[in-house]
Amino acid sequence: MSDNLLELDHVTMKFGGVTALDDVTFAIRRGEILGLIGPNGAGKTTCFNVVTGVYAATSGGVHFDGTSLAGLKRFQITKRGIARTFQNIRLFPDMTAVENVMVGADANHRTSVGGALLGLPRHHREEAEGRNTAMELLTFMGIADRAGDAARNLPYGYQRRLEIARALATKPQLLCLDEPAAGFTPAEKVELMDLIRKIRAQGYTVLLIEHDMSLVMGVTDRIVVLDFGKVIATGTPSEVQDNPAVVAAYLGVPDDDA
Amino acid sequence: MSLSESLRSVTSGSYSVSRLGEALAKQSRSVRWSFGAICILALYLLPWWPSVPVLGWIVETPGTSFPSVLTDQVVIFVLVALGLNVVVGLAGLLDLGYVGFYAVGAYTVAILSSQHANLPWLLCMPIAVLVSMIAGVILGTPTLRLRGDYLAIVTLGFGEIIRITANNVEWLGDSRGISNIATPPSIGPLKFTVLDAKPYYFLGFTTILIVIFLLRRLENSRVGRSWNAIREDEDAAELMGVDTFKFKLWAFAIGAAIGGLAGSLYAGKVQFINPNNFPLQLSILFLAAVVLGGAGNMWGAVVGGALVAWMPERFRGFADKRVFVFGVALVLVMVFRPQGLIPRKIRKERWLESWKPSTEADLGGKE
Ligand SMILES: Nc1ncnc2c1ncn2[C@@H]1O[C@H](COP(=O)(O)OP(=O)(O)OP(=O)(O)O)[C@@H](O)[C@H]1O
Ligand SMILES: [Mg+2]
Repeated sequence: MSDNLLELDHVTMKFGGVTALDDVTFAIRRGEILGLIGPNGAGKTTCFNVVTGVYAATSGGVHFDGTSLAGLKRFQITKRGIARTFQNIRLFPDMTAVENVMVGADANHRTSVGGALLGLPRHHREEAEGRNTAMELLTFMGIADRAGDAARNLPYGYQRRLEIARALATKPQLLCLDEPAAGFTPAEKVELMDLIRKIRAQGYTVLLIEHDMSLVMGVTDRIVVLDFGKVIATGTPSEVQDNPAVVAAYLGVPDDDA
Repeated sequence: MSLSESLRSVTSGSYSVSRLGEALAKQSRSVRWSFGAICILALYLLPWWPSVPVLGWIVETPGTSFPSVLTDQVVIFVLVALGLNVVVGLAGLLDLGYVGFYAVGAYTVAILSSQHANLPWLLCMPIAVLVSMIAGVILGTPTLRLRGDYLAIVTLGFGEIIRITANNVEWLGDSRGISNIATPPSIGPLKFTVLDAKPYYFLGFTTILIVIFLLRRLENSRVGRSWNAIREDEDAAELMGVDTFKFKLWAFAIGAAIGGLAGSLYAGKVQFINPNNFPLQLSILFLAAVVLGGAGNMWGAVVGGALVAWMPERFRGFADKRVFVFGVALVLVMVFRPQGLIPRKIRKERWLESWKPSTEADLGGKE
């Protein structure tokens, strides 16, 4: 078993004339929190979309836990152990918070029409398991008090947390968070980063997209920096912070080899 | 009673139905069960309602026998609305050719019990359900991979193809149709003859109860949750591990099976069918029943189906203007209650009130 949980191997993603990812290669090690940063339009979300099967890469491959993800459907990739949240919240708005999380938990269940119609023991067992998982996760995320409310009626911060709870309910090995703290106050951001550390402590590997550089520095083990679809730096937070190419990309100054 | 008055009473009636539901939910189990039992009993006695004072004046269908309005229209529409509600209301798939499955069910019974064989109705009915279901799978497999409008167009075509095929193929009785279709077998004193529609009503109503019971099981399971998730956000559902294609196909197949079941009941009742019984307009009316009642709410489907079936008969007095009156009534209901008479509800998770955290909050279940 290799140290790497997920490997992107020379991934290129083109949308017509736009090259959103240009020969991207990096890996996530088991148990780490990897930050994926870069300016607007750098290709971070596209990276998530390729990994989770939303888009098929124009060229290159993605390997998860030693096997290629090529040709798998999105739900199969999720069942393999990759779960994600969305930059623009995409909950099931008219379903309750707890139901949203139970949909995630269902990824590990097998009851289908026959089992439900006959009320087989497995159906009851899985329903109970789903409820427990959902309530535990809502409690863990600190939003259990609104478990019975429709997702669309929850405050913004609750919705962001609910997305994480729903993703965790699929019992992933790799959790991909796309700007989970977007729109949070600084205090809320710090709180969320604590939560992400706790999630990692439970044994999850986390891939974190975040805009706020200072925030990423505090919580990540390593950082990959994207700019115009290219990986311009990889390393520990302090290495990346001092990298002139990264400074240039963030400050909009053309770097030396441009 | 003027039209607007009756409309107001219909819409305010549905408000009080919703409120009644909420009030009942607060009652104990035994109160709820007894209330349900009384309702069911009252509905079994529906054929006699026209002889009850006041109530009789409201429900009566001038010019048409009330029991046969129940069997030929109301029971069929309620069943069909329940089936179509799975497709449209739960899974969020627009099916404009639902009459096709209804026709497949009716024709299967007609062919097997009259045209080409002499099988008893009781055997034909499950076969008809199965054949309709297979038709649903055949139609759904290529089309459910597509998104949005394609499905509506393809299903629209399907409904017409079934009708036109029946109209032109001699083996299917062509435009003359098929007669002498078998009736259900007598059950004790219940004799299924042309003389008395009531036994058909009891059979139909019992079927509705069974279908509701089974659909509730599906709604309260992983299956129903997946349908809801697909309707709310198909991409997000798939990315959360929902096999969207599989569950959409199930919704389609189950809807088709219920449509076929309704068709087999209809064929066994009228004993003569021809392609004109299955016009495109019927698909539209079926859809109207679901939307009027409240897409996504099973009780809405029941009420919508019953109203859409019964209203044109109730307003027969308006002669050739009755379809217009009916249309205006539909529009007005939709204006005043755009979500339907009994709208979709946010699920009440009754178990939440008694839920206790089993352990210290942790992520649980993670190996
Ligand atoms: N479906 C698509 N079709 C066409 N272009 C796309 C598509 N998705 C992304 N792009 C383009 O790819 C580039 C990278 O977009 P992406 O959303 O991955 O950036 P990002 O790093 O997540 O930015 P942000 O910080 O704003 O979220 C952008 O130029 C974007 O316009
Ligand atoms: Mg993005």
